[in-house]
Amino acid sequence: MTARTLYDKLWDDHVVRTEDDGTALLYIDRHLVHEVTSPQAFEGLRIAGRKPWRTDSVLAVPDHNVPTTDRSAGIEDPVARLQVKTLDNNCSEFGLTEFDMSDIRQGIVHVIGPEQGATLPGMTVVCGDSHTSTHGAFGALAFGIGTSEVEHVLATQCLLQKKSKNMLVSVDGHVNEGITAKDIVLAIIGEIGTAGGTGFAIEFGGDAIRALSMEGRMTVCNMAIEAGARAGMVGVDATTIDYVNNRPYAPQGEMRDRAIENWQQLHSDSDAVFDKVVHIDAASIRPQVTWGTSPEMVVAIDAGVPDPDTVKDRVKADGMRKALAYMGLEAGMPINRIAVDKVFIGSCTNSRIEDLRAAAKVAQGRKVANNIKLAMVVPGSGLVKQQAEKEGLDKVFLEAGFEWREPGCSMCLAMNADRLEPGERCASTSNRNFEGRQGQGGRTHLVSPAMAAAAAVAGHFVDVNDLMSHN
Amino acid sequence: MQAFTRHSGIVAPLDRPNVDTDAIIPKQYLKSIKRSGFGPNAFDDWRYLDEGGPDIDDSTRRINPEFILNQQPYDRATVLLARENFGCGSSREHAVWALTDFGFRAVIAPGFADIFFNNSFKNGLLPITLDSAVVDSLFGKVQQNRGIEFTIDLESQTVTAGEDVYAFEIDEFKKYCMLNGLDDIGLTLQHADQITAYEQERKQKLPWLF
Ligand code: SF4
Repeated sequence: MTARTLYDKLWDDHVVRTEDDGTALLYIDRHLVHEVTSPQAFEGLRIAGRKPWRTDSVLAVPDHNVPTTDRSAGIEDPVARLQVKTLDNNCSEFGLTEFDMSDIRQGIVHVIGPEQGATLPGMTVVCGDSHTSTHGAFGALAFGIGTSEVEHVLATQCLLQKKSKNMLVSVDGHVNEGITAKDIVLAIIGEIGTAGGTGFAIEFGGDAIRALSMEGRMTVCNMAIEAGARAGMVGVDATTIDYVNNRPYAPQGEMRDRAIENWQQLHSDSDAVFDKVVHIDAASIRPQVTWGTSPEMVVAIDAGVPDPDTVKDRVKADGMRKALAYMGLEAGMPINRIAVDKVFIGSCTNSRIEDLRAAAKVAQGRKVANNIKLAMVVPGSGLVKQQAEKEGLDKVFLEAGFEWREPGCSMCLAMNADRLEPGERCASTSNRNFEGRQGQGGRTHLVSPAMAAAAAVAGHFVDVNDLMSHN
Repeated sequence: MQAFTRHSGIVAPLDRPNVDTDAIIPKQYLKSIKRSGFGPNAFDDWRYLDEGGPDIDDSTRRINPEFILNQQPYDRATVLLARENFGCGSSREHAVWALTDFGFRAVIAPGFADIFFNNSFKNGLLPITLDSAVVDSLFGKVQQNRGIEFTIDLESQTVTAGEDVYAFEIDEFKKYCMLNGLDDIGLTLQHADQITAYEQERKQKLPWLF
């Protein structure tokens, strides 16, 4: 048999049938659902008189719209309240499992799937959310879909797909002290661009990726979509299997042994051929900070804001000028002089326990700077929050002057009350720095949790290593 | 779904790369549980000078006269000419609903983000990928001939802009669904037996997934 990539294996394993032009009907093992992209899909089912094909494949949770402050009073915004209520109603009407707002297991959909073991190696995982790529960290084929496709999966357990091309991004060697998964993925996007992965499924490999924890791998795969790839993935190894073990939805006992045997095949064959291979030297990666309105507009902390006048491509240079104007920055400005107003630690990119530990390590014994109007930590799920509190991380944050919130998407996209005011600048651990993403006129700089905490205590961007060595 | 066969309409040039779905429809409108009514809020942050929301009457808001779609005749445009990586960002189909609700039937660009591209086909919005040099010259043409109409013919896979005719590629299956306005759930359910058979086999082989 010819050598296959991990993506080839996952793909082949899920094809139900193929049309003449290569369009495949792909079977879906896990369907994650949230309140924003599902109401119209359920409505579609109702209108057509259809039922979900396999209710046990669905796990639903409200996350985008939920308040991160005291929940006992419910949701204040009537429009958001109706949307969350609509999800509750649809789940009970169609018999689907939902972790509702009062459930300790509630959280960001891409945090709770893996946390529950609802995401397993070898699965196809879809969700009406582009950051579904996160789940690829488990050696799964995971990608975001639109609402029509949510309805299609609900009704048929399948999706119509054309196979993507294979790309390997190999992060070779080892990263330096203080460099996290977020810095790795931002550096990758800086290298290949936000359209660099369009039409590809990206497998992340190399020693630096293998050395990452599952949390770190999820951070990397999470942002595959920001590199233009619908799916990102990492092959299964002992780290994957250890993480999955004993999770509520994961197989147990004899079944687990059978599963592990199968999972161990889930990596690219050593002689598999990729359509494109990109090598990144891990040792060259510095802490990353985005300066513009696209994740590819990223530089190292010790660099300056790039100058559009030095860029030949007219469309690109114009884009840079628009970004500088929107961000209120000037070419050449040192990144570590940029002062911030707000700090957001959270989102499906960086709200897992390891992220909170990294941020708390920086916040420990320090205070949020005076010029910071708000520094907030939003755990990815109720269980992450519980674990962090067990470790005393909440106290570390509170003593330093951070707010400690309830789980949800929060200021990642500012659908709830957590947002930036026009002109406000934010150090954010989320994944998108688009115009208006965190509030109309708001300015977002993407960084790692440690770098966000460092910006909070310094009042401006700073190399977290410098800050820590000053102790 | 509305079928797409042949369409002629005014072309609006949106001259910036990486137009993301947050820009096409900002998040405050995603709270809707409906599929319609997003048109007045397409490109909301660029179209209006003040902030809007689902409970704000758009007719009371200040229009940004600089924004292309607020200028005549582009306010009646049905074809959008765009740059690289159009529709990047989130999976929100609301972005496509906003464009179709505004009146767009097609978007021409050198490249689209994958999810947006797929979502478009589900809603009768035809995304046409043309070489970036061609798109560049189309921008030139539109800027020199304000209000020019292009004709898009899906059957023959061509865009006609004045004297020039450009061919584009499209998947056979997507073309077929689009030409006939087919609901692909119905199509898939014709293969229900095959799905069930696959599922049974999978249950035997990988029981922990069920
Ligand atoms: S945390 Fe942000 S990126 Fe992740 S699912 Fe929520 S809104 Fe989307």
